[in-house]
Amino acid sequence: MTDMNSATALNTVPKLLARNASKYPNAAAYREKELGIWQSWTWAETAQEIENLALGFLDMGVNFGDHIAIVGSNRPHLYWTMVAAQSVGAVPVPLYKDAIAEEMAYVLEHCSARFVVAEDQEQVDKIIDIKDDLKTLKSIVYLDPRGMRKYDKSALFQYRDVQAKGVSSKAELMPELEKRLDVQGADTTCVMLYTSGTTGRPKGVVLSNYNIIETGRTTSEFDSLSVNDSVLAYLPMAWVGDFIFSIGQAYSAAFCVACPESGDTMQHDLRELGPTYFFAPPRYFENMLTTVQIRMEDAGKFKQRMFKYFMDHAAVIGPKLLDGKPVGAIDKLKYQLGKVLITGPLKNTLGLSRVRVGYTAGEAIGPELFDFYRSLGINLKQLYGQTEASVFITQQPDGGVRADTVGVPSPGVELRIDDKGEVFYRSPGAFVEYYKNPKSTKDTKDKEGWVATGDAGFIEKDTGQLRIIDRAKDVGKMKDGSMFAPKFVENKLKFYSNILEAVVFGDGRNECVAFINIDLTAVGNWAERNNIAYSSYQELAAHPQVYETIQGHVEEVNKSVSQDEMLSGCQISRFLILHKELDADDGEMTRTQKVRRNIIGEKYEDLLIALYGGESEIFTETEVSYEDGRKGSISATLEIRDTAMQPRAKVAA
Amino acid sequence: MNMQDSYITADGRTIGAPVMEMKNITLRFGGVVAIKDISFDIHEGEIRAIIGPNGAGKSSMLNVINGFYHPQEGEVWFRGKKRKPMKPHQIAKQGLARTFQNIALFKGMSTLDNIMTGRLTHMKSNMVSQMAWWGKAQDEETANREVVEKIIDFLEIQTIRKTPVGRLPYGLQKRVELGRALAAEPKLLLLDEPMAGMNVEEKEDMSRFILDVNDEFGTTIALIEHDMGVVMDIADRVVVMDYGQKIGDGTPDEVRSNQAVIDAYLGVSHD
Repeated sequence: MTDMNSATALNTVPKLLARNASKYPNAAAYREKELGIWQSWTWAETAQEIENLALGFLDMGVNFGDHIAIVGSNRPHLYWTMVAAQSVGAVPVPLYKDAIAEEMAYVLEHCSARFVVAEDQEQVDKIIDIKDDLKTLKSIVYLDPRGMRKYDKSALFQYRDVQAKGVSSKAELMPELEKRLDVQGADTTCVMLYTSGTTGRPKGVVLSNYNIIETGRTTSEFDSLSVNDSVLAYLPMAWVGDFIFSIGQAYSAAFCVACPESGDTMQHDLRELGPTYFFAPPRYFENMLTTVQIRMEDAGKFKQRMFKYFMDHAAVIGPKLLDGKPVGAIDKLKYQLGKVLITGPLKNTLGLSRVRVGYTAGEAIGPELFDFYRSLGINLKQLYGQTEASVFITQQPDGGVRADTVGVPSPGVELRIDDKGEVFYRSPGAFVEYYKNPKSTKDTKDKEGWVATGDAGFIEKDTGQLRIIDRAKDVGKMKDGSMFAPKFVENKLKFYSNILEAVVFGDGRNECVAFINIDLTAVGNWAERNNIAYSSYQELAAHPQVYETIQGHVEEVNKSVSQDEMLSGCQISRFLILHKELDADDGEMTRTQKVRRNIIGEKYEDLLIALYGGESEIFTETEVSYEDGRKGSISATLEIRDTAMQPRAKVAA
Repeated sequence: MNMQDSYITADGRTIGAPVMEMKNITLRFGGVVAIKDISFDIHEGEIRAIIGPNGAGKSSMLNVINGFYHPQEGEVWFRGKKRKPMKPHQIAKQGLARTFQNIALFKGMSTLDNIMTGRLTHMKSNMVSQMAWWGKAQDEETANREVVEKIIDFLEIQTIRKTPVGRLPYGLQKRVELGRALAAEPKLLLLDEPMAGMNVEEKEDMSRFILDVNDEFGTTIALIEHDMGVVMDIADRVVVMDYGQKIGDGTPDEVRSNQAVIDAYLGVSHD
């Protein structure tokens, strides 16, 4: 508040854009691979594109406070749409592009969206399907005209035409645009994001300009991000993280946002682009490591030995170098040699050569996985956050990186743990409210501004870092009164590359049981190398040798769980391997790939009964739904296995 | 319905005048009559299907259209002129391109290079300047590469741009082959069983691409297909062949209710 002038000048995203356009007119703001070539737009060009679209929105009759829904993959034009919407005082509402029509209908109805900006025919079709039920929806703007020549164009406009119409009436509309830009300030809504909703209907989280800009500014400073940095925007636009990285931080630090050619080419584009700032969920890092391991197993003996030799060395030295700890000269030399021969080329293949700051969050990350990337010299850190906090609650500082904690409070964040172990925070990024839902707002955020995270955790005394155990409501009690923390066990299981997902049950029971999902890439490759024939996921999952391997993993996890004093009761007594992959389309996972334990428990109740009933196999039939809404069903007979358990550790008196 | 002139389809597209007319075509291989006195036309901008049971002479018909076979009797009229017997490359220059029932791609070459070969008829620089990759040859390659990239984008095969096609699954190879035919920017595109051996999802994708090609570029398409469901969904008009003869011709609905067609597909007892 010392510098009143700059604080008032830069309190909205469009104002940050104007600053960037005048301060860095020729620096790249956006890149996109189109027709096989990277196209780029400078900050000056970006400002022009956004202005044209904002004028077009005025021409279409967008009112102050309207909601504009945006649906599609990460493309510069859709990011511009968000800022153009903000420029005319409307609220951008990005949606998940793989959401089915019903899910979209709920959100569009809830925020009374008047306009939708959609990427292509696929998205437009979904909206046309539900259009009759949406009374407020006025028109749809689309980016890619392909396949829509014959559509009724009375309420359907092409993005380019909207811009052109805006430009042609610039003289009349410009005063209105300037007026709308001026009246907005720190309190104006910046964006509304719908939470994935691990339970119940999604809620619209309202974030103000102050939330986004303050968070963007302080966290960019935390990692000293600047105009020279670049990021690859490939995560769903509807996710708060993407909004913070690609808008909040990008506009604050003026770094470049690059969009991949398509979702499938992301890995390749990453390699070509070599971003300096990178975020990926743990699952992405897991997949990447699995791919590396599989390809190394297919490599020749000499390469394998070289890989093992240098990677083992790097595993010891790499993290020390990253943390700035002293390392002997010979070790350093050997590490450099390894860098030339192994780790350097590997990093390049993974597209991580230039990564200066890498973050992961969302789920716990396995220590081996974490060490692998850090041994390559990649500064991979963890953060902890949620939509309601504009992402950042805690993050790990350079030199304070560990696998089992999530870091110290981010700049400006205060933390509190209540007597039940639930984590509360108060921060500049803390959301304004849930849209049209005062009851939930009151339940989550109290009068003093403390927000409940719903996670149980504790702050480590010596380091001040936060450690998360589980969702507070998932932490339960077993029949004998000992603590039940399913995620703690699930995460340990998921650290094995053969296990993609695990769901552990045991609240209020005598013992714990688990559903396992195998990882088709890893297990499939293993099957190939061992000449095991299979024709489907289901057949592979039911293979006795696969069961044998998974049983081994479960028993190792039991051993490790038994070491923990508080949680030794969570050892798994029986398990089965599911016949289908858990999927967001079937409601079993959220769109951000988190398992919905209760829904799974209800859906597969027959399996749970069998697990607790002591049977050795069970026949089951499951309904599956495809992305376009059609339904089918699969049936299977699943084997159930008992596992060895360890004696429980004595609870310290 | 008078098929000589332009007409309007059920979904509201205006179809132009005939681009290709087959007049009383008869094709014999020695004593075997493959095609017997068949006449039909293909209008500008329409999707025309040729269907029929195995051995009906569909592929032979396609080979007559693209000039690979020369019929013993009858005339082929293309864009208002009677076509003289020609070599395949001369026909390609006239604006005809095709795909094959059994994929005929260069297995060791990448998707990009395979589609690039489809641009051959559009390259005019001589071999020496192409080898030196200098001057006109360089400009030409840039322009052609742009066309190819648009096709790659259109067919959504960016991920396999640099992958040798021999490593691709069957459905994708079919798509690359369609891409190569499109690269020639044909006036008339001939597809020989584009959906053969595909699963439901691949068929849906391919149908969408065929419709989009027709819609986006206004390309006239003649296709042979076994899958009746697909044909009835995407074709504007259908020719039905059986034992080398034409037994039906009209819109999918007309053909579906034609007794001769029903008999050919379901079989009739001869007593």
